[in-house]
Amino acid sequence: MKETVGTTGLILNEPLLWEKGKKGRIGFSLPRQDVPPASPDPSLMGEGPDFPDLSEVDVIRHYTRLSQWNFSVDSGMYPLGSCTMKYNPKTNENQANLRGFADAHPLLPPELSQGTLKMMSELEELLAEITGMDSVSLQPAAGAHGELTGMLVFYAYHKSKGSRRSKILIPDTAHGTNPASATLCGFKSVPVKSNDQGILSAETVAELMDEDTAGIMVTNPNTLGLFEENIKKIAEIVHGKDGLIYCDGANMNALMGIVNMGDIGVDVLHLNLHKTFSTPHGGGGPGAGPVCVKKHLEPFLPVPRVMEKNGKYILSEDFPQSVGKLHGFYGNFGVLIKAYSYILSMGADLKKVSQLAVLNANYIKEKLKGVLYLPYDRPCMHECVFSDKNQAAQKVTTLDMAKRLMDYGFHPPTIYFPLVVHGAIMVEPTETESKENLDLFIETFKTIAEEAKTNPDQLHEAPTSPKVRRLDETTAARHPCLMG
Amino acid sequence: MRYLPHTEDDIASMLKEVGAKSLEDIFSAIPEDCRRKNALSLPEPLTEWELNDHMGNLAHIMAVSPEYKVFMGAGSYEHYIPASVSYLLGRSEFSTAYTPYQPEISQGTLQAIYEYQTLACLLLGMEVANASMYDGASALAEALLMAIRISRRQKKVAVSSLIHPLYRRVVQTYFAPTDYEIVELPYLKNGRTDISNLANMNDLAAVAVQSPNFFGCVEDLKIIGEHAHKQKALFVTSFTEPLAYGLFKTPGSQGADIVCGEGQSLGIPRSFGGPGLGMFATKKQYMRNMPGRLIGQTKDKDGKRGFVLTLATREQHIRREKATSNICSNQGLCATTAAMYMASVGGTGMRELAKLNYDKAEYLKAELKKAGFKISFVSPTFNEFVVEFPGKSEAAYKRLLGKKIVAGLSLGTYYPELANHYLLCVTETRSKEDMDELVGELKIKN
Repeated sequence: MKETVGTTGLILNEPLLWEKGKKGRIGFSLPRQDVPPASPDPSLMGEGPDFPDLSEVDVIRHYTRLSQWNFSVDSGMYPLGSCTMKYNPKTNENQANLRGFADAHPLLPPELSQGTLKMMSELEELLAEITGMDSVSLQPAAGAHGELTGMLVFYAYHKSKGSRRSKILIPDTAHGTNPASATLCGFKSVPVKSNDQGILSAETVAELMDEDTAGIMVTNPNTLGLFEENIKKIAEIVHGKDGLIYCDGANMNALMGIVNMGDIGVDVLHLNLHKTFSTPHGGGGPGAGPVCVKKHLEPFLPVPRVMEKNGKYILSEDFPQSVGKLHGFYGNFGVLIKAYSYILSMGADLKKVSQLAVLNANYIKEKLKGVLYLPYDRPCMHECVFSDKNQAAQKVTTLDMAKRLMDYGFHPPTIYFPLVVHGAIMVEPTETESKENLDLFIETFKTIAEEAKTNPDQLHEAPTSPKVRRLDETTAARHPCLMG
Repeated sequence: MRYLPHTEDDIASMLKEVGAKSLEDIFSAIPEDCRRKNALSLPEPLTEWELNDHMGNLAHIMAVSPEYKVFMGAGSYEHYIPASVSYLLGRSEFSTAYTPYQPEISQGTLQAIYEYQTLACLLLGMEVANASMYDGASALAEALLMAIRISRRQKKVAVSSLIHPLYRRVVQTYFAPTDYEIVELPYLKNGRTDISNLANMNDLAAVAVQSPNFFGCVEDLKIIGEHAHKQKALFVTSFTEPLAYGLFKTPGSQGADIVCGEGQSLGIPRSFGGPGLGMFATKKQYMRNMPGRLIGQTKDKDGKRGFVLTLATREQHIRREKATSNICSNQGLCATTAAMYMASVGGTGMRELAKLNYDKAEYLKAELKKAGFKISFVSPTFNEFVVEFPGKSEAAYKRLLGKKIVAGLSLGTYYPELANHYLLCVTETRSKEDMDELVGELKIKN
């Protein structure tokens, strides 16, 4: 096989922050004391935080070394299923750092905030066009926050009709956060089994849907990377009982310009700007989870809403049926700028993004099926799900193969999710990976499958290249050590 | 397009491999009647250089320093951010990584967040801190839900009316679909929370106050905590300005059970209100009821120190509907930023910087008093306080805006009884000259 990306590299050790430094050092230029010192009431005074004192060089070296222990999209292919780890364009970072945005106070009078408000208003319109929905709220700070907002909209909608429904349908192929989001709004989740094709059948939904059920939370494409083909029929059934369709749009990267979510019966959709719209994941956030709704649900969207009046933008609270506020201010504005910049840079090429994302996933599926077991052999969307069934005889698991991929210089796919596939390996290459990268990934997986036969111990011992080897997670949970 | 690496040849050969004729053809799984009928109607793609111009124009019309002197805090603070912090934050090994599910190749993020958790505990005087929440407002909502979970029986929380009004609205949103009740505690003439009614409430899960509160006043946390505990309620404290704990006693040392708030002050730009940093900490005994991600220390196969995501059994991907919260993505990079900032300023520096904020605010207070203005509340403050601008205050405020001075936040919007009262903020970024100019302008009669 071709030379792999993975090498042992030069990894430098670095202690914890408080294991270095010396009292009296500082890494900050203290501003001038240009006013007389005042005397606070001694009874209020504390001792000051017992932080280490470090010089600027200490801090820079510390975090530079730490950063080098991370795998990132900028270091290599990160085919983490369901997470859309696409390339994060650098110009977007520059835009978010522009002083006019980065230094803007959120409570300035609107006449002094026209730039940010205009950007938000335009982004709402762009997202509405891309999704085929009517109105958008940019306030939710992450995908799960968007789900919560969506469930609050469900609650408010039924309340406006004088009813309090107690249940919600959640397919076994939906995202893991869905049940928790529904629970926060007092809905009891009713699991819906997917069929032998890996998708929902309308009959199953019809059996479960009733007048005490608020609606259904579908992930489409679902977590098997499959399009829910019966979605229109399902929408008819759910709407027939005055329920609503929630779509978890985390997988929207497959459908831009391909499917109009509004047309297939979706009433509420959340987006993950940190997935589909290229904003960086930041090692776990900040993200942004805008919520898009059909016209009849617009009155329930969070406030304040950006409105245009005679060419001027204002923030309006005048929506008496609104679910209220979800965020102290307007959401993760800095993330919104990056998504807006991305959309303006791509324009209608966003359709090409989805086409290539789906092409890349199908290419991997075709080339790796057989090497890895493919439980649902059907055309996939932007991701495909394999399992470790073929390696079971060698006692090599998904985890072993995932860890071995690291030695070869790849981030592993998502593993053991979705739960409907035992030992799942969920691969989402995204459109920003070239054919050469995909080929190397495929070839690497073939090599690992060979190693499983010839030298399974090598896999059980993997990884050996990173800074640390497999970590003892059991002890970490049993005897938590959460602060130093 | 520079982000899409596929050549025409690549596409042709890959289509062949997957057995499709065209890029449209690979969507065969989508029924015809589910396909989008019309093409995306989006503006022509901008070049990188056109985008720069477009965004530059939008940013240019915003009112920011140094052109504008903004004396406004109210949950979003102007503090100096060292170049070193911005530079480190730009390291894409941190920014372009995912949640550290694969610890062997995520030790950078994991150690950085572990260190953040530790520094957050030290700053707040608590025993465990999570890896972050969305912002101060949602952190408060989750803290109150957590208190209700811990109490098991009680469904009522008492919330000070001096907690940031926008935070209280977020709490209302989170509580709307539940049968939990919020009782609001009024405020006293001195600018502190009135807890005289607490003694009559014996069915509380939590008592929540903010310190410094929305008026900038430092609350007597110890006394409030004692009263809360007497009622068998958990004591929740919120904050919008964590720098205050560089000078004042920590909430933990005053008996707080859960401390939550906004960490934007710690090296994070205001960015029109987000992304900020929801900080969240509690006592060890409540650790397993805490929402959010946690990083713990452990060892690898060779006995080397390493870090992992831990106590995941509280989380939604495992516990699903029984999870402590639905939070998944948090504000990881902002937590990392806050840790970089706290490490840069250091223990000694935090003390001095906090003192400088205090001194500046006291200077402005004194100058305003000298000029004949009334400071609305007598309780001690940190870097924010309320002042009354008598008469046609709105006209004066507008006139100052014309001079590119934002004279604080008008409180009438949030507290109708406080029309003509303004919440002013001065941090280390406001010079003596700025403050003198403000007072000078305010002295001019309209």
